[in-house]
Amino acid sequence: MAEKVLMKGNEALAEAAIRAGCRFFFGYPITPQNELLEYMARHLPEVGGTFLQSESEIGAINMVFGAACAGVRVMTSSSGPGISLKQEGVSYIAGSELPAVIVNIMRTGPGLGGIAPTQSDYFQATKGGGHGDYRLMVLAPASVQEMVDLTALAFEKADEYRNPVLILGDGVLGQMMEPVVLPEPSPEKTVEKPWATTGKGDNEKAKLITSLYIKPEEAECFCDHLRAKYSAMEERETRFECYRTDDAEIIAVAYGTAARLCMAAVDMVREKGIRVGLIRPITLFPFPSAPLREAAEGGAWFLTVELSTGQMVEDVRLAVGGRQPVDFYGRSGGMVPDPRVIAARLEELAEKKANAETAQPNEGGAA
Amino acid sequence: MGTKVFSRPDCLRDVATHYCPGCHHGIIHRLVAEAIDELELAPRTIGVAPVGCSVFIYDYIDTDFIQASHGRAPAVATGVKRALPDRIVFTYQGDGDLAAIGTSEIIHTAARGENVTVIFVNNAIYGMTGGQSAPTTLLGQSTTTAPKGRDAGADGAPIQVCEMLNTLQRPAFISRVSVHTPAQVVRAKKAIRRAFQCQQEGKGFSFVEVLSACPTNWGMTPLDANKWLEQQMLPYYPIKDFRIPEGVQ
Repeated sequence: MAEKVLMKGNEALAEAAIRAGCRFFFGYPITPQNELLEYMARHLPEVGGTFLQSESEIGAINMVFGAACAGVRVMTSSSGPGISLKQEGVSYIAGSELPAVIVNIMRTGPGLGGIAPTQSDYFQATKGGGHGDYRLMVLAPASVQEMVDLTALAFEKADEYRNPVLILGDGVLGQMMEPVVLPEPSPEKTVEKPWATTGKGDNEKAKLITSLYIKPEEAECFCDHLRAKYSAMEERETRFECYRTDDAEIIAVAYGTAARLCMAAVDMVREKGIRVGLIRPITLFPFPSAPLREAAEGGAWFLTVELSTGQMVEDVRLAVGGRQPVDFYGRSGGMVPDPRVIAARLEELAEKKANAETAQPNEGGAA
Repeated sequence: MGTKVFSRPDCLRDVATHYCPGCHHGIIHRLVAEAIDELELAPRTIGVAPVGCSVFIYDYIDTDFIQASHGRAPAVATGVKRALPDRIVFTYQGDGDLAAIGTSEIIHTAARGENVTVIFVNNAIYGMTGGQSAPTTLLGQSTTTAPKGRDAGADGAPIQVCEMLNTLQRPAFISRVSVHTPAQVVRAKKAIRRAFQCQQEGKGFSFVEVLSACPTNWGMTPLDANKWLEQQMLPYYPIKDFRIPEGVQ
């Protein structure tokens, strides 16, 4: 039966994974995601699962690779510097078309950075990260409940597309406690995996999992196949939330923790009668370009807010395509902005827009 | 009427290999295939292929196969074996793969005593990338990246992998063999079969180092390469059973 409990983000995600049928976890400690690892160590054996603390992040991701080849539901988690080490393996998992779930509870970088929350791994998450022409599906929760819900979705979509799915959270989401409704356990939900290397049996043809294509014609054919898969994801899997955007003249664009701050800021500004709203990408790949483009065509201006020096803003600008101005506000290094500061930036932008429209009354907001 | 005394193992595919003349990978593949056949393991065996010359082992041995990234095969094997504990999982790795980039994975897989089998082919050089130094390159041996010969002061001393793994508590079976003469091939076969048997019986991590020749990158004829292996490699990499668990014949 579904139950409502108070849980820390990292632990809620781990429990959701177990309930989604994840029975194998390989990981290496790094702050601020250790509770996830520790939860798995305690609770996976209780359901007959396997937890293994590897010798390194590289070891962990390759154990994930092996278990995924065997057809089981498997997960690993880490934070930025550890995810960097895993990228080689992630590229192989994508190149071998294997389902796996990878969690990044972001901390600051570059380098060792710090353990405070940021969103500075957006590029790494959405633009490949490892070598080669591949994409991960990237899910960005903004609450502990969503960490639970998107984890179930991650396993489902990883199996459906035979592609790794990354859950991109941050130190705030990992560490905070919120009430969550946990889903019913669904360990039997796993799909058929006739491609898995489980031994060929007595009469079957041997199965091979490889990402090696020596002949350029074959390699291109494979890359085209992947491109078609990513296009299908773009068509079917784009997820986002619109908050008070119906009549909005200024639209904040933010994901995860930054989106929650923006939501509070939007409410503050709305109280003053200024028409502002928020578009919150839930999938960072596929990126919700269409609603941004439509809002731009409707005349809205944009403020991208990130806990970074500006990464997702590049995708927002691509989506908006120069139709309207896209402003950026970000804090980095683990500094979390006050919603009042974001509210002030939204107001400022609204005023700028009004002035621009007064100056050129016949041209509206068109660039 | 004649009796058939020798034939291709069932799980060795009837195809020509891509290896250079005098390379020993073909022989070692055959020994692995014979061991798998004799123990009747093929239906439940999963091989993990390396990066390097023998990456295409999956075209030659007819069992399920996974192609791992450079050096990571023991971690991949760990993942497979943990998920499928009743299957037979083995890696096949060269010295660049296992003793350089993959040292962390091999040491920790051995330290955990994972119940997998590792076939480690040591030819003291990088083959596929064109003859660069390996961690196993002998002192004085010339390579494209040690043109004046490996120097201990500049390049360090070659790693004796069996000796290193033998310091660990958990490995069950560690053996070093060679395939440069028919007699040694017979001995190597026995070690490889024992390694798989060790896994089959759940005794834990089994490891066979096979000394082998790379005539192309050593710049020798196949015959000279065999001589060089015997005269230069054997003194530093002695043929030896380092560890055999009780009950493994």
